Amino acid sequence: MSEGPLKSNLRAIRGRAYPRLIGSTREPSWFFFDVVLPLFTIAGYAYVYRFLEADAEFIGYVVLGGAMTAFWLNILWSMASQLYWEKEIGNLSLYLMAPTSRMAILAGMAVGGLVETTIQAAATVVVGVIAFDVIFSLGSPVTLIIVFAVTMIALYGMGMMFASLYLLLGREAYHLSSLMMEPIYFATGFYFPVRCLGFWAAAGASIIPVTLGLDAMRQLIFPAGADDAFLSVNTEIAVLCVLCVVFMVLARYALRYMEYLGKTTGRLTLRWQ
Amino acid sequence: MAVINDLRLLKNSAWLGWQMEANWTDPFLFATYSIVKPIAGTLILVFMYLVITGGETANDFFSYMYVGNALYMFVAEVLFGVTWVIHDDREHYMTLKHVYMAPMNFYIYIFGRSAIKIAITSFGVLVTLVFGVLALGVGINLGAVDWLLLAPSLVVGLLCICILGLAMGGVSFLTAKHSIGINEGLAGVFYVMSGVVFPITILPSWAQTISMFLPVTYWMEVVRRAVVPEAMDGLAASSGYDVTGMGGMSDLTLMALLLVSAGVFFIMSIGVFRVADNIARKKGKVDWTTAY
Repeated sequence: MSEGPLKSNLRAIRGRAYPRLIGSTREPSWFFFDVVLPLFTIAGYAYVYRFLEADAEFIGYVVLGGAMTAFWLNILWSMASQLYWEKEIGNLSLYLMAPTSRMAILAGMAVGGLVETTIQAAATVVVGVIAFDVIFSLGSPVTLIIVFAVTMIALYGMGMMFASLYLLLGREAYHLSSLMMEPIYFATGFYFPVRCLGFWAAAGASIIPVTLGLDAMRQLIFPAGADDAFLSVNTEIAVLCVLCVVFMVLARYALRYMEYLGKTTGRLTLRWQ
Repeated sequence: MAVINDLRLLKNSAWLGWQMEANWTDPFLFATYSIVKPIAGTLILVFMYLVITGGETANDFFSYMYVGNALYMFVAEVLFGVTWVIHDDREHYMTLKHVYMAPMNFYIYIFGRSAIKIAITSFGVLVTLVFGVLALGVGINLGAVDWLLLAPSLVVGLLCICILGLAMGGVSFLTAKHSIGINEGLAGVFYVMSGVVFPITILPSWAQTISMFLPVTYWMEVVRRAVVPEAMDGLAASSGYDVTGMGGMSDLTLMALLLVSAGVFFIMSIGVFRVADNIARKKGKVDWTTAY
């Protein structure tokens, strides 16, 4: 007996999320490599602020920003690059043959990656708080959860859209991911308030959901966060909601376009191009 | 004959590395890509500095920090480059087992492939330093640069980083898809412990002790003394104490410490790689793929 499309897609989501979740438990060394080691870079920036005798919240900004970089890296290397990578290792054709939505497969990747990365980011925050005596002042946890949720939906929607585009790029995909590390760390204000870039630069960087999500989280977590804010929290939530819709719709269209273009040009199974 | 073969291998693997790094796009885009990344990385630190100080860049500490950050690109990129060769060959192109079977020196192949990364990074470091001098007033005076100190310290430092990358490549044999994390993490250790962008004297005393065992600590100090000697003197004078923790050491002493610590790390890294390689072969991990 065949199952309905909803059930089939949910099974696809679970099926694609499964290897990411189970992979983490089978390879516990990720905790050291993905949580402990990246803390050193965060510590480096924290010590710069400390040497410059900056206010304490700046060290908190670094810890929070450093934790959020995990999500951006996950988007680049485990979402955006993933379909390209699947093509390279020969799985893509299996995905395309499967009687399920491509969006469900990407959603499965997102769910698996999100869970793994959230644990990683949370651990980074906890260790960072302990190591640098960062004081959080959480006035509105519900708003914080909303901000985090819409940021993640928009961010992973962007990752799903990139996944299709990367597939068309071929080997440029890796270089594009590499290029979108430091420049995006800079433009989105991972380690300093994005407002410092000036209004228009910060507005341009807001196309990347982490920019507004991080700015809103800093306002909600640190007492002085509002002084360094780019926009109000409510405005940022509204923009993030718009980005959620835009990226999800674009991801759907990009997937269809990628599949059509790939089939017509015969590149869907072409490896190492 | 063996030497000629090794040199030919070095040349061919460097050529292969160049093709893999650069032939995905046209030269203009590649040059842009090679410039944007390091400049953006530097601007993060510059903006952090500007946010706190309110825009004052023409001082000794800024030059100290900026030059350290520029040089750190070598640590981050070369470490990444060496380890990535192993990851890429194993998991992406799945050619590592063929490389193993080929009648050639594996170390030379790895360093040939990585040589191009050093070249590209050198270009990035140069662009960053020029940008710093022209746009931000970093105090590099070409007439004051101590070239005799700079040249040997660069050679020793880069060799040391390459060997460390090899050790990390060995570790990545045994771990699942952590190659990026390993590189960034180890580079991060040096970033903090070696006083790349702040003097190590701000670290806790236990961390300062560790710093004094790391070759990158001495490398940073030596190269800074060579590139921005005036800023280093000015920083020491304005602080009123031994702010870098190495002010009392002569250039010669620092070079000697750099050589000794680099030698120790060389032996350790070769040992780590050999052990990891041996375990990987025993467990069948040389052609492992883990991209879940």
